[in-house]
Amino acid sequence: MFRNQYDSDVTTYSPQGRLHQVEYAMESQKLGSVITGVRSNTHVVLAAIKRSSGPLCSYHEKIFDVDSHCGIALAGLAADGRGLCRYLRREAMDHQYVYNSEVPIERLVLGLADKSQQRTQIEGSRPYGVSLIVGGHDRTGPRLFQTCPSGNCYEYYACALGQRAQSAMSFFDRNKEKIAESTEAELVRLAFDALRTTLSEDGDLTPASISVAIAGADGFKKLSDEEVLAFFQG
Amino acid sequence: MPPITTGSSVLAIKYADGVMIAADTLVSYGSLARFKNESRLKKVSENCILAFTGDHSDFQYISEMIEDEIERDRFIDDGVVRSPAEIHSLLGRIMYHRRSKMEPLWDTLIVAGRDASGTFIGNTDLQGTVFSDDFMATGYGAYMALPIIRKKWRADMDQQAALGLLEECLKVLFFRDARSTANVQLAKVTADGVQITEPYRIDQEAYWEFGRQVVGI
Repeated sequence: MFRNQYDSDVTTYSPQGRLHQVEYAMESQKLGSVITGVRSNTHVVLAAIKRSSGPLCSYHEKIFDVDSHCGIALAGLAADGRGLCRYLRREAMDHQYVYNSEVPIERLVLGLADKSQQRTQIEGSRPYGVSLIVGGHDRTGPRLFQTCPSGNCYEYYACALGQRAQSAMSFFDRNKEKIAESTEAELVRLAFDALRTTLSEDGDLTPASISVAIAGADGFKKLSDEEVLAFFQG
Repeated sequence: MPPITTGSSVLAIKYADGVMIAADTLVSYGSLARFKNESRLKKVSENCILAFTGDHSDFQYISEMIEDEIERDRFIDDGVVRSPAEIHSLLGRIMYHRRSKMEPLWDTLIVAGRDASGTFIGNTDLQGTVFSDDFMATGYGAYMALPIIRKKWRADMDQQAALGLLEECLKVLFFRDARSTANVQLAKVTADGVQITEPYRIDQEAYWEFGRQVVGI
């Protein structure tokens, strides 16, 4: 992608009708390490590869719970992701306070989409440089969404974002028949296998560098290091 | 702030098929029986009813607010509709908020309905108190009808038994509550949705029989 004279402002269209700043913002998720989400008839699994700056540094957290029934994985500018996480948590908590019930995930995501869209239309603002995978289980069942700096949001059966995410998407595509009827454990393994396809030749998944969360009728839960290890060994 | 046009008791019970709610059709203006055919039971969604004791105009305001909430659900069109329990919680927050501003909506409200997780009857009032139960009565009903309901209510009452229990309570309330009438309305929320009857006169003739035996008054 090269510079042109219509890309310095988010509020400027190009003659082709594009908003280049928004498109550049959408590029930022490709810089992040890969995150995946996959949804069966009963569960949603979010899995992510965590990066660390070096052997002396801890791994950067990629998956966050939003409420007892849903959570997110982020790819892109982590600081923006934290801000959006804070927003989602507040909205979910607000809903609990007013309605005494879990917020429907689609409504939560649409609120975020509207918030993102506003940043594509205001002078002086920049769009959020992070894309989220939002997954959980609410009164309508297991749901999986992807959000984007443009303010669009999409619902998926399986999705992946981040570096070399395309290989994970191709993996899901090849295995899509298996997804719907998968058990919880099978779904986690599918997510792991998808993550593996994104590694470079000499890389491998290690339990310490993986983050997994599962959402089902009993809620959204991030797996502990021991539980992740069990999946590795099992 | 003090209530001006007011409604009296409301009764609500769960029964085998769902929930049943009853109230008379009187809205009083102090001691004047001003509006004798006013419905105090309002359908707010396909599976929920709202009813009030207290100020009529505040209830009208509240009903509109809840109807707007349901309408917004319809516009979002994602298959999610506010359950009676959620409406109850929302109302409780609104009532508490208003009382905290020293501007209460002067009502005791009953939210009754049915959804995928079962039947629900909730109560909230001008102070923002919130609770739910298997049966409920507001206004004078809380003093006169509840003891009767407590004695006779069963979770598996059929429609006839439930109706009989409510009508008995309505009779007692008509005899003793000076701000009530014999013209009443019943509503039920079952698997078939919300049904509100036309107002009808409860039969009190048989009860006045005892009058013939009274001597010397």
